[in-house]
This record gives sequence, C-alpha cells and structure tokens, in this order.
Amino acid sequence: MTDQRHYLDFERPVADLETRIEELSAPLAAAADAEASGVELQALRNAAHDIRARLYRRLDPWQKTQVARHPERPHFTDYAAGLIEDFVELRGDRKFADDQAIVGGLGRFRGQGVVVMGHEKGDDTNSRLTHNFGMARPEGYRKAVRLMDLAEQFGLPVLSFVDTAGAYPGMDAEERGQSEAIARSTERGLTLKAPFVATITGEGGSGGAIALAAANKVLILEHSIYSVISPEGCASILWRDSARAKDAAEAMKITAQDLLKLKIVDRIVPEPAGGAHSDPQAAVKAVGDAIEEELQALMTLSPDELLRQRAERFYAIGRARSGAL
Amino acid sequence: MADEKDRTAVAPAPKAKVSWLDKIAPGVRKMVSRHTGFAGNLWIKDPNSGEMVYRPDLEQSLWVTPSGGHMRIGPAQRFAYTFDDGAFERLPAPETPDDPLQFTDDKPYRERLAAARKAAGDKDVMSIAVGKIGGIETVVLVQNFGFMGGSLGTAAGEGFIAAAEAAAARKAPMVVFTAAGGARMQEGALSLMQMARTTLAIQTLKQAHLPYIVVLTDPTTGGVTASYAMLGDVHLAEPGALIGFAGRRVIEQTIRQTLPPDFQRSEFLLDKGMVDKVVARKDLPGVLAAILRVLTAGRTRAA
Repeated sequence: MTDQRHYLDFERPVADLETRIEELSAPLAAAADAEASGVELQALRNAAHDIRARLYRRLDPWQKTQVARHPERPHFTDYAAGLIEDFVELRGDRKFADDQAIVGGLGRFRGQGVVVMGHEKGDDTNSRLTHNFGMARPEGYRKAVRLMDLAEQFGLPVLSFVDTAGAYPGMDAEERGQSEAIARSTERGLTLKAPFVATITGEGGSGGAIALAAANKVLILEHSIYSVISPEGCASILWRDSARAKDAAEAMKITAQDLLKLKIVDRIVPEPAGGAHSDPQAAVKAVGDAIEEELQALMTLSPDELLRQRAERFYAIGRARSGAL
Repeated sequence: MADEKDRTAVAPAPKAKVSWLDKIAPGVRKMVSRHTGFAGNLWIKDPNSGEMVYRPDLEQSLWVTPSGGHMRIGPAQRFAYTFDDGAFERLPAPETPDDPLQFTDDKPYRERLAAARKAAGDKDVMSIAVGKIGGIETVVLVQNFGFMGGSLGTAAGEGFIAAAEAAAARKAPMVVFTAAGGARMQEGALSLMQMARTTLAIQTLKQAHLPYIVVLTDPTTGGVTASYAMLGDVHLAEPGALIGFAGRRVIEQTIRQTLPPDFQRSEFLLDKGMVDKVVARKDLPGVLAAILRVLTAGRTRAA
C-alpha cells in the first residue's frame, strides 16, 4: 500500500519478491502485450501473497512480538476512525494534565453510544512524541478512570483498545503516583456497572495494559501479545542477557493462542493473511465485528450480573481446569 | 503445615529476664533465636550502612540496626511482632498448581521453586495468620521477600484472596505487609492477572466495610505496588523502604540521569502523598491498633 513498506527481518524472502514484482510492473505495463503481462503480474502478486500468508500462519512468539509492534499496525486512532461515529475526544484527568498516551472519548459504535479509550503509540516521529510511544503516565490512567466513571454515570458500555509497551518508567510518573494510578484504573474496570470489552490490538505490556483491560470480555488480535514484562525485560532479568528475548518470548507464553488456552483472553480476532498491517481496514472491521458480538451479549446483563461475570472471569484464571498448556 | 512451628513460637517467654521486647511481644526472642541461633554469624552486616551488628542486639531491636535501618524480616518474625502478645494462628494458603507454563530459563522454574521452598520452609511468598492487634481480631498477610523476591504469582494471588475471604468471613480487618520485586516472570501473564484478582478480593472487604490496611516494607515494587499495595484504606510504610513502580535502573536509562538517593523511599512517598505515615517497626502494632480501633467503630462497621 505505501511506497516504503516496513519489513520485518523474517519477512525478508517475501519482501525481496514483492519488491522485484513492483520493479517489474512498470516495464511490463508499458510492454506491447500489456494485457498478458498484467495477468502474469497478478499471478506473481498472488504467489507473493500466498507466501506471506503461509509465513504468517506459523509465526513463532518472537516473530509475533515484532508483528504486534509493527509501526504500520492499526492503532487506536485507526480503530476510532473506522469504528466510532461522531467521536468526540475528551481530554485531561481533571487533576494535573492530559496524557495523550491514552486517548479516549465518546461516540457511537454501530449505533450504540459508547465510551472508548485506548493507548495510542503514534505513527510518525511527531505523533510518537505527542503520544509518548503509547507509554502512559499517571494522568493517562486517571483519565481512563474518569472516562469509566462517565460511562457508569450514563449507562454506556466501555470499549478499550490496548497497545502499550508498558507504563512510562519516568521520574515524574513515579512522583505523581504511577502505581496508584494503574491500580485505581484496574479497580475501576473491575467495579464498573456497565459492559466493558477490551481488545488487545498490539502489545499488551504489563500493568500499563491491565489497567485498561479489567473487562468483561478480553479480545486479542491473532498476532498480538499480552505479557507481564517485555521479552527483552524478562531476558535481561532471568538470563541476564536481553538478546535472549526470543527464548523469553517462548517461555512466557505471550501469544494470543497460548493466552486463550490459559483463559486469560476470551476470543482471538483473526488478522488478514499478512497481518493486520497488510490490510488495516479489514483488520479494523474484523475487530469491530467481534466487539459487536460480544457487546450484544453483555448488553443483556444487569449491572450486578456484569460485576459478577467479570469477577468470576478473573477469579477463574489459573484455577483448576481453567486450562493448562 | 507451618501451624505447629508457630504454635511453639507462641509459648510464653522465660520469666527470668523481662525486657521491653518480652513485654510487648513475648516469645519473639525465643522464636527468632531458634530460627537463627546457630554458632558463628554472631555479627551481621547491615546491608545499608555496612556496620557490623551483634546478632542478639538485632533480635532485641526487631532487626532494626542502630542506625535505624529496617532489615528485611520473614513472616514468623512479622507475625510475632505484630499480634498482641505474639499470639496468632496460622491460616492455610490455598493449594495452587506449580509451574503452570512449564517455564525454564537457565534452570527449570520447578527447581527454583523447590530450592526456595527448602530455604524458606514455606510453600510460597504469602503467609496468613489471624490474631489480635490492640484487642481487635485481624487477619494479617505477610509477603516474604526472602522467597523468590516475594514475587507475585498464582500462589501469592490465591493467598491474598484467601486472606481477604478469611477476613470477610470473620468480619475482621485485614493488614497486608507487602514486599516484592514485582510479578513472578516464570508464570507469565498468569502473574499479571493477579493484579486484577487481588484487586477484586479487596472489593469484598470494601463492600463489607472492613478496613484494609497496607504496610509497605522494603522493597515493594512493580505489579505489587501497582495493585493491592496502593489500594489500602490507609498506607503505612517502614522507614527507608524502597517503594515504586519502575525499577531505579530502568528509570535512569529512560531519563538518562542519575536519581537522587531518597527517590522511591518511604519518606519520598510520604512527601508525594502516597503514604499516610512512616512508622518505625517497634511502633507499628500501636499505630495499627489506633487505626483499626477507629475504623472498626464507624457507623458502617460490619454487622
């Protein structure tokens, strides 16, 4: 789609092929028998697409980590644009500042008024700085609490989109109570008397992720990850070598598929054949369809039933027969 | 399993020499010296100041060094120091599956767990006991940093939930002494889930109007701080305890500057509004009793 695609290391073979095909396309189009070459070109493109699809069907946990962090993967802004009509961003925690690492507001999701919120990593240098690469400070989590309060007050469901390497490890964040802010946000999710659907769209990094994912239903994209610490962080602590991140990614069971078995997530949203970044629109729609189904079921529950379902969901994790690998 | 050990610890102290410690917590000295009373090692190095301290003096002073350093202590000492007359009853922590992910780094997690269990004499980081503080029946949960860095995994989460349920069943307040480097990486996202699961357990106490008091001890960091350690009705901290979310090195690498030495210490959190009071170890039972006495006498107290 874009001229300068971002290729991951393991995509090298298919990347070379795709580049060669595009290089051929101009001279072929200008050739005498343009129609025949067009057919051939399409066949080549299909072949490349198949290779990519096959590659993506057997990604290992470390490759998935890279896909989950892919800069062209759809971000909160894409989900809000694709799924939320009349989105009105609400800013600020009413205490100290507005933290753009977490973006949220009001809108309509397929006809239903909702509160939406999510981590935004940004997609170019400027926006990445604005959004602090999706790493929130206390104000971000306090804004999330404020948004959840609002949802409860007006009986609106909450949709969250989780995509963060983790909470921002900065001095200012510590000074202003990063831990407390995360804890309160998690708590607010768990006590919310409104339906709450969380979707892990990229990286679900540690406490900074669960602060926005203490939901009735937790969905995850096919190649997203959710973990207690980044594979690099785990490797540098347990192996004393961050280069062992690949091993840590495997050992920690961070993939959507493993997490579903552990009942840490409830549903996997399939991604387009080459990953969400290869067809962001299709990925966003698939996420919307999955959320709509989950939300419809939750809308039939009373506030007390929602609380009970959420508590039972989390209490069941890790208990007998709740799934071992 | 730990029951018998502790019942012996509750035995009254010898009458002969009644020190202040014996008055406030009889049995402590005997128990502590039983745990540590082997030949050699009569002098212990204070990890903070480097000073050498005479072990019997340390035991007398509740493991607080002459310069005021609050050394890390395990559940047995903590229970003895906290409950009236050092009298308490251990409550069992629930059984949980070991090694749910079949995790291996340099060493299999199972082996690490086995070694930690052998060294600590406990099954995991959480120890639960019930007894009286200032005459008020209270459930106390102690997180043991000495066991795999106090790390929060499934067993710890279940221990926390069991303690909260025990408190709710007895209509008793709950006091938790936190100490952990963070989540237990060997249990992956299952550890992360404990942040939510423990937070749910706290709601049981809140709904019942039962006080939930957090005493932050050295060190309390990571996912533990970012969940139950910061959700207390009252937050106390031992002096000089390291308390924070991100580790010091991570922050220094992020902001590329050296942090001041008092950063993330109890007194810093007091100053920043995250801790209500920094309390010396010897004063903790008295302060806890004063708080519990008021909180359990309000108009919405548990019926």
